[in-house]
Amino acid sequence: MAIIKVQRPKLSAGEKIYFGSIFKGMIITLRHAFRSLVGKSVGAKELNSSGVGITMQYPEQKWDEELPEYYRGTPALVTDELDRERCVSCQLCEFICPPKAIKITPGEIPSSDEWAKVEKRPQAFDIDMIRCIYCGMCEEVCPEQAIYLRPDYVVTGTTRKEMVHDKDRLYEIGGKRVGLVNKWNDLK
Amino acid sequence: MDITLLIAAAIKIGVFIGITMTFVSICVIFERRFSAIIQDRVGPNRTMIPLSILGFKKDFALPIGGLTQPVADGLKFILKEDFTPSYVRTVFFWLAPVFVVVPALLTMAVVPFGSPMEFGDTVIPMAVADLNVGPLFIFAIASLSVYGITLAGWASNSKYPFFGGVRACAQMISYEIALGLSIIPILMFFGGLNLGHIVEEQVKNGWLLLPLWNEGGFIIGSGYWGQENVIQRLLLLIPLGISFVIFTTSIFAETNRMPFDLPECETELVGGYHTEYSSMKFALFFMGEYAAMVVGSALIVTLFFGGWSIGFGIDGLLPTGAWWVSLIHIGCFLTKVTVFILFFILVRWTIPRFRYDQLMNLGWIVFFEAALINVFLAALVIAYPSIGFMGFIVGFIILAIASVLLILIAKGTTKKPSATAV
Repeated sequence: MAIIKVQRPKLSAGEKIYFGSIFKGMIITLRHAFRSLVGKSVGAKELNSSGVGITMQYPEQKWDEELPEYYRGTPALVTDELDRERCVSCQLCEFICPPKAIKITPGEIPSSDEWAKVEKRPQAFDIDMIRCIYCGMCEEVCPEQAIYLRPDYVVTGTTRKEMVHDKDRLYEIGGKRVGLVNKWNDLK
Repeated sequence: MDITLLIAAAIKIGVFIGITMTFVSICVIFERRFSAIIQDRVGPNRTMIPLSILGFKKDFALPIGGLTQPVADGLKFILKEDFTPSYVRTVFFWLAPVFVVVPALLTMAVVPFGSPMEFGDTVIPMAVADLNVGPLFIFAIASLSVYGITLAGWASNSKYPFFGGVRACAQMISYEIALGLSIIPILMFFGGLNLGHIVEEQVKNGWLLLPLWNEGGFIIGSGYWGQENVIQRLLLLIPLGISFVIFTTSIFAETNRMPFDLPECETELVGGYHTEYSSMKFALFFMGEYAAMVVGSALIVTLFFGGWSIGFGIDGLLPTGAWWVSLIHIGCFLTKVTVFILFFILVRWTIPRFRYDQLMNLGWIVFFEAALINVFLAALVIAYPSIGFMGFIVGFIILAIASVLLILIAKGTTKKPSATAV
């Protein structure tokens, strides 16, 4: 590659005096500001703008319908089509959880139960949402596909206790998830 | 001095400092909202008065569009930790913010906010101090604020603030000269330095840059053209226009605003001279900067755009000295100042930051000489009636030759970077 010497462009007298360009620039800025003020910025419609600029104002306007299927919000437990808990409290998620947000108290399934062969289910399952970093490792590690990251993202509370999701809350968020899971497979 | 004037002075000090500080916070909210709008954002629009602390059950969002944001900002600054690094020069570190704020507030003393009020037979001018050396006082005091910035840079005992301080010092000193020289044509035109008189003159004869009316009437009527020296007045617009450009630009440099905010340009110097400051001490720098901006706008308005006058002959219809007229005039003045503050913000988002050598060149080579030539040009136009047409032409030719020589000298002594240098 040869060395290319870049010449500075020759400026005309008008450009050297500079004020014309500044004035033009200010008019452009003002026009842009005006368009932004009346909500006519480029892309305002596509981005669901609130009327000023292209900003969507959050609590009043939400993007929920546009959230993709795979959006990773709060981790939650799911049940299968027969409302059985998928979780077998193997505690793998508790071990893998980087911020140690998950706490599981395993419990035994009594032999009188129809699904006694599963042996264990969680007695208590707490996820501390103050600690949770939404990394999705619990979902990845779960052998029973019992824990999923759901699209909910509004986790608020006024006390620390409210921010800890217990088992009931987790099932409430998670809902039902249909699909084959190993432990219910009678052949095994 | 009789007691009425004393009481009036005390009230004026309180009210005008109050107005200035209010304007500082208005500047902050305008800056944030207007910048946001220019950048397609919304800006702080939710700050409300928390009614719950007043005993109400629920916070109710009054539709004030985030006007209380400056209050919230101020509270935040007060409540933040005031951290002083260990190796600063403590006394100067504490003094520096004061040196920035006090001059900015002091300069407001000579700016006439409104037309004089009359109580009985005492006439109270609507400036805290109706000095006969108004602009000189402003320049003298305003240039003190460079001490604050330089001290802040030095006392921080840290290299980036130091660079900021040095830059501010050099920049403010170089633009002070252009600032002072650029208003000489105006002072020659008005024949005095009293800002109150300057404004009253503009009420009668049209604003300095908009001489659309004079004692004879509007520009469209024959009375306007019947006045003596109308052509000369219109010719004067050329040197006065140049004055305006130089003065406004120098004010930008003096207040460390974009495009001249090199003392604190965050891409190069972290935060500039106030890098090491936190909490209320930082807020004082912030306030000082905005107060300087308010004073700058007020000065531009007073000198070039008729100060408190409503203009267009409306002032003549209002009775003189009534208190409500004064209030209207104060409102008019503040409106004009607000417009100029918006202009400051607009410029901030239009023009990119100058390089340091460009800044120095602009100050010393362009503006200094332009202002100098401008003084003589204005003198020539003002002297036109007494020297006659031939004198004017001769004077103009001499001035042109002198200007060309000056430009040649300036160009010749500036070393150009050679093309071969890498």
